[in-house]
Amino acid sequence: MADTPIWLVALPLAGALAALLLPRLATAAAIVTGLLTTVAAGVLLFGVATQGALHYEIGGWTAGLGIMLRADGLSTLLLLMTALVVLAASIYASTYFRKTYERARFWPLWLLLWTSLNALLLSGDLFNIYVTLELLGLSAVALASLGGKRAAVEAALRYLLVGLLGSMLFLAGVGLIYAGYGTLDLTVLARVLEPGPVAWPALALMSSGLLLKTALFPLHFWLPPAHASAPAPVSAVLSALVVKAAFYLVLRLWLDVFANVITPASANLLGLLGAGAVLWGSWQALRAERLKLLAAYSTVAQLGYLFLFFPLLLALPAGPDRDLAAGGLAMLALTHGFAKAGLFLAIGIIQQRCGHDTIRELDGTAQHLPATTFAIALAGVALVGLPPSGAFLGKWQLLAGAVDTGQWWWLVVTVAGSLLAAAYIFRVLGHAFGHRPYPNQPVTVAREEWPALLLSAMAALVLGLAGAPVWGLLEIST
Amino acid sequence: MNWDAWLPVLVVASSLLPGLVIFFLREGNHRMRTLLNLAGAVLKLVLVSSMIWGVFHEHVYESRWTLAPGLELVLHADTLSVLFVTLSTVLWLVTTIYAIGYLENAPHRSRFFGFFSLCVSATVGLALAGNLFTFVIFYELLTLATYPLVAHRGTSEAVRGARIYLAYTLGGGMLLLIGTVWLYVLAGPTAFVEGGILGTLPADYHPQLKMIFLLLIVGLGVKAALVPLHGWLPQAMVAPAPVSALLHAVAVVKAGAFGIVRVVYDVYGVNFADQLGLLTGLGIAAAITIVYGSVMALFQDNLKKRLAYSTVSQVSYIALGTAILGPIGTIGGVVHLVHQGIMKITLFFTAGNYAETLGIHKVSEMNGVGRRMPATTLAFSIAALGMIGVPPVAGFVSKWYLGLGAMEAGMAVWVMPVLIASSVLNAAYFLPVLYRAWFREPGTAWPAEHIPAARFETNAALLWPPVVTAMLALATGLFAAAPYSPLEWATLIAHREYGL
Repeated sequence: MADTPIWLVALPLAGALAALLLPRLATAAAIVTGLLTTVAAGVLLFGVATQGALHYEIGGWTAGLGIMLRADGLSTLLLLMTALVVLAASIYASTYFRKTYERARFWPLWLLLWTSLNALLLSGDLFNIYVTLELLGLSAVALASLGGKRAAVEAALRYLLVGLLGSMLFLAGVGLIYAGYGTLDLTVLARVLEPGPVAWPALALMSSGLLLKTALFPLHFWLPPAHASAPAPVSAVLSALVVKAAFYLVLRLWLDVFANVITPASANLLGLLGAGAVLWGSWQALRAERLKLLAAYSTVAQLGYLFLFFPLLLALPAGPDRDLAAGGLAMLALTHGFAKAGLFLAIGIIQQRCGHDTIRELDGTAQHLPATTFAIALAGVALVGLPPSGAFLGKWQLLAGAVDTGQWWWLVVTVAGSLLAAAYIFRVLGHAFGHRPYPNQPVTVAREEWPALLLSAMAALVLGLAGAPVWGLLEIST
Repeated sequence: MNWDAWLPVLVVASSLLPGLVIFFLREGNHRMRTLLNLAGAVLKLVLVSSMIWGVFHEHVYESRWTLAPGLELVLHADTLSVLFVTLSTVLWLVTTIYAIGYLENAPHRSRFFGFFSLCVSATVGLALAGNLFTFVIFYELLTLATYPLVAHRGTSEAVRGARIYLAYTLGGGMLLLIGTVWLYVLAGPTAFVEGGILGTLPADYHPQLKMIFLLLIVGLGVKAALVPLHGWLPQAMVAPAPVSALLHAVAVVKAGAFGIVRVVYDVYGVNFADQLGLLTGLGIAAAITIVYGSVMALFQDNLKKRLAYSTVSQVSYIALGTAILGPIGTIGGVVHLVHQGIMKITLFFTAGNYAETLGIHKVSEMNGVGRRMPATTLAFSIAALGMIGVPPVAGFVSKWYLGLGAMEAGMAVWVMPVLIASSVLNAAYFLPVLYRAWFREPGTAWPAEHIPAARFETNAALLWPPVVTAMLALATGLFAAAPYSPLEWATLIAHREYGL
């Protein structure tokens, strides 16, 4: 049990090597790796739920020299979500890429991306976080460029530059911290950091790097083209997981490591940018002509909601109300991960079956794929935040926090964003009703459609109805 | 978990599970779909019957499920919820039979019946909701489940109607959500308790409580079609006839009215709401809606549109009864929940029959239709007379109690004129229809005769449902004093609410 964290990094890494060395068996290797890693994530979640946070020193070397892995409630939940999303997307990808050379290029990068995601979530010190962040960015860029078209390569190049700029800013902040405090271990830093001329610029540098990577408005400009022109399984993982990894780091730094340094004004600034993201992203999603662009702008908006929690968390006194709000934040992030991945997979199916993803021309075509349409509808329920999705519970906490602390403006933003989301989702679903005959069987292409359907159902039903343990696992405010 | 905790869950599941299975049935599997639909409906009826007996004998049926710390999904059966559950269960059974006949050979039947079952599950869920949080969940689910039904025909008109429906109801749902969250922050989990729970809060909360009441009532008023929030209802009549029946009589409009009753009686408590001065505003809104809906109905030539405006008017009787302080007014409002449902579903079934059999969509095309379709027209006439308030049909009983209640509460000055005006207007828009149908000579040909006259005037599955519901409307009026009649049950509710 205690060494599960290392398996979460070692398994996908071994899978990546196997896929690289044995291109013919790459798909099989990836699926087997996916299953094993998911089991490991489940075991880890069970361990953290029963025994509390885990620490693991690689090779027995203590911190300072060796590498520390740590897993607590939040990171474990994200690890499990990552595993489930990547597994489902892998199953879909096994039918998406039809040519052998495509698969040979895709699988090693894919598993490398997973390795770096897991390593990032398990890292316990700033330097390892920097390394994994860099690795994550590079593998994500390589995957995004696999579309091969000019637009995809252009978008990927911009993605690369933005990612490098973000990492550099982050590294500069890390350097300041090391110069000032002589340690990079997160737990130690959380104890010793003090407001002052080192902590403030360091936080500003690291945060701006991360905000760039998590595409917070107005730093989101690179995201829509990159996510909209990547292959569908890649878009799913980029939108659902990669941006969220950067968000996870912001959350860790602001609520955990730098908790003594944060001022209400800075938290309000994050909230304000989040509000901008919610409104601007939803509005652009409503105006988008292509489904993938709609989904990408929706990601910008959904990340905005997560930032609305910062001013609330800072205003709430430590205690049950703050824990509830923190749980709502985690729930919203998890729901969005599943829903957005399901949405992108469903869009991929439509794109491959119909040859396009122009929203205006979806009439009838969507009807040939009732299960896919249903997956979009379920994902849509979660994105709008309607019950019984997990996002409903998350937004409930957001609204309750806003009422509780008297910060009504966040409530207005949340409601406006939700209504805009309903508008862009139902704009798509309106096209699903028409006169074309229904195919005889609801699920038409099982291996393609089930992953999308299950991911969306996870977001819209499972997390909402059986998500109470999420609150039990978190310990952010302690 | 024992039987008492399982029963509310089973009542919801008896339509939910068949609905989910139906989604995955092949389109051509007609027999399996019908079997699942009817088995679910009959099973639900049996379960609800046992629930009625239990609640009458003060048995507690309750299931709880924690969704998040402090947020529980609670299904709880009390007298009021049982009234609504029974209404929707009985009418669901009838409507299912009607829909099977109505949609014979139409496309997309698996999708239709799947969402149809979800819609009823959501309605039953919100009827059984034991706190405001649960109510909001099912209220939103109801919106989601009905959207595909309104858009079902897929014409641009249907999709447009569905979009308008969605815009109104989601907007209203948001207001309801804000009000509920606010109340939750102020007062904690707001369980529905007979007599209300907010009366004990300190007086400096009162201004906030008034704001919350406004949010809740406006949010609920969208579905209850209170003027000026009624705009979606006439648009949504593009839906197929069974869906209109569902919207107007069983589920959506009723959910809004039921919610208003719940908020006033079981959250605020009717005495506390009166003390805050909230009932007068509600009563005035209801009165305006009653008169406005009737006046608008006068000018509609499209039969379904006329019926839609009639719904706008009639449903507000429930809100009016809620606004009248005192047990007799309460009885009048609550019993109208059932009476309006039975009568209005009859009217929509018969309107559907005219359209499906003879292609008649307008009042002006109905000349002499009583000779071609006597049973359907008889059902229509009974329901229409009931709407006007002619004894002994059910509608008379509601109006009688509303009038008495208003006198008792000293509100007769403005309630009586509203009731009288509404009856006159109802007569003005229904009697000419009856005159045309029975006494005018038919034209040379019907607009489009789809179903020729054979043994019956139309398909048996279309004919029997309205005949049965018309008989029910008559029976609930004639035997209003019998045990377990809607009136007796409403009296029981009033007794428990006022602690008599």
